[in-house]
Amino acid sequence: MPITDQEIKELSAVARQLRKDIIDITYWAGGAHIGGAMSMAEMLVLLYYKYLNVDPKKPDWEERDRMVLSKGHGGVGYAPLLARKGYFEFDQLKEFNKFKSPFGMHLDGLKVKGVDVSTGSLGHGLPIAAGLALGARLQKKNWRTYCILGDGECNEGTNWEAAMTINHYKLTNLLTFVDRNKLMIDGTTEQIMGLEPFADKWKAFGFIVKEVNGHDFKELSAAIDFALSQNKAPVVIISHTIKGKGVDFMENEVKWHYGGLDTDSRDKAKQSVDRMYG
Amino acid sequence: MSEGLTWNVYDANTMTQADIYGEVLCQLGERDPKIVGLSADLAKSTKIGKFADKFPERFFNVGIAEQNLFGVAAGLAKAGLLPFVSTMAVFTTLRAAEQVRTDICYQNLSVKIIATHAGTSFGAAGTTHHCTEDLAVMRALANMTVIAPADGIETANAVKACVNYPGPVYIRIGRGFEPRCYENEDYGFEIGKSVLMHPGTDITLICCGVTVLQALEAAKYLKQNDGLSVRVLNMHTIKPLDAEAVLAAVRETRRIITFEDHNIQGGLGSAVADVIAASGKGCAFEKVGIPDCFCIVGYPEDLYSHYQFDTDGIIRKVKEVMGKDFEEDEDWEDEV
Ligand SMILES: Cc1ncc(C[n+]2csc(CCOP(=O)(O)OP(=O)(O)O)c2C)c(N)n1
Repeated sequence: MPITDQEIKELSAVARQLRKDIIDITYWAGGAHIGGAMSMAEMLVLLYYKYLNVDPKKPDWEERDRMVLSKGHGGVGYAPLLARKGYFEFDQLKEFNKFKSPFGMHLDGLKVKGVDVSTGSLGHGLPIAAGLALGARLQKKNWRTYCILGDGECNEGTNWEAAMTINHYKLTNLLTFVDRNKLMIDGTTEQIMGLEPFADKWKAFGFIVKEVNGHDFKELSAAIDFALSQNKAPVVIISHTIKGKGVDFMENEVKWHYGGLDTDSRDKAKQSVDRMYG
Repeated sequence: MSEGLTWNVYDANTMTQADIYGEVLCQLGERDPKIVGLSADLAKSTKIGKFADKFPERFFNVGIAEQNLFGVAAGLAKAGLLPFVSTMAVFTTLRAAEQVRTDICYQNLSVKIIATHAGTSFGAAGTTHHCTEDLAVMRALANMTVIAPADGIETANAVKACVNYPGPVYIRIGRGFEPRCYENEDYGFEIGKSVLMHPGTDITLICCGVTVLQALEAAKYLKQNDGLSVRVLNMHTIKPLDAEAVLAAVRETRRIITFEDHNIQGGLGSAVADVIAASGKGCAFEKVGIPDCFCIVGYPEDLYSHYQFDTDGIIRKVKEVMGKDFEEDEDWEDEV
């Protein structure tokens, strides 16, 4: 269903809170993968607040849609989202990464409610998502699978092996996103290992490609609506984003892939987020 | 072993093992133009980036693609170069295990692998980034040499020594800063030869990596407070193992405990157990490490203590094993 202005307003408020949560957890934990968590905020919020058929009170409900955060280092963004959705208490995240905590930087599906697949080693998510989608189809289930990849992650050959599988079996019950923030750890994606022409690669692998501004709920939502109506070919949404989005001193900065915040930089980061939302 | 002042370009009191590795590799690179460096989007984290900054044309970042990384390294070695490859231990030994085995070990290529974030040193990251299986996997690969240096100084020694050592070499180091065991590099480091850190006749602690210093502290404490004579061996080379030192420990102390930041299955403890079992001699024996589970989340110091290979844990374990009823047999020769 096309997204309404009212929905956009509400989702923006959720995303604003999520960005602040990410900042707080980064501060509490002493460091986190904050840049890539900020870039995928809108994707996560839109999926969980508009599209995913899930029930936080029944995290193991068999008919739920499945979510695979293949860029598992985004755990610092995913965990607070799940907390705010009601999977567990937000305050537990004060223990993020601490001794005996259920929350490592990369979330463990056996310990964190709402996490369908334990990820963190890049290039594992899409094959698992393909298996989930095959499994749903085989058992005539209507639930869908969603997968979010990093763009640097797309260097891993397993993604392209999975892409062949997804196209071969025409897994249109799987929707793939790439967080195209153009940065990885050692530099930009194009400096380190060129991905372009990126959309053409996916097309050559049999995907329908939608390129959107990944911070724009309207564009993202239209692309998802399109994908959900498709049953001929699998769809990938290349979501053009800004790493560190919302925190001015982090935006597009390679070094903010992973970093820590003191009280001063934490407060400045939050002020910047407030400015983003005007 | 001393190579002159130019080697001491690092400060082992403040630099991590990886930092020191990066500096040493730069020095080696200056002397040997055949040395090339490779990483998979972890040049900065593994510190091979220091080499990359110095010799950009001799460094290849293949992106986040570890299987490709080790395949490309094999090709470079085949082409007559001497590749040094660095990424995290888990992606080296598990993700790219077959490339390391088939492309590098099977062809017996001189590829030097310095893997960081080994053991539980990246404890806060969670299981995907822990690596408590690497010693077991690498040890099972024919032609591979496996080294776990005790500190930054030993890392420097191992990296220097591997250059002229034949075939593939795997060196596992940690992530953050670990306090030093050694004062300087001149203690006779030799691949395949353990180092006696503390003499003793009651029991032997065989250690590698971060556990060496912890055991050394424990041995000092036990001597002073309990009058125990605890031998500590730094078994920095897990393969080829210094079997002679293990056999001497069996003969002379009759009690052995191994300590490692690794699953107790298949690593240092298992390598030592093989030697003890084959000797046919009786010996009280225990393995301490990660007890065949996925390690919990936390900072390394907390994890070392949780899994009982910090100084306190080692002291407790020594007392436990010393308290065990063990039949001393004076006549070594009558055992099978
Ligand atoms: C197999 C594997 N190799 C290396 C890493 C280390 N690592 C963590 S994040 C990252 C960069 C990821 O870049 P990208 O996919 O673009 O993510 P984003 O920029 O969105 O954070 C790397 C190399 C890993 N987690 N898994």
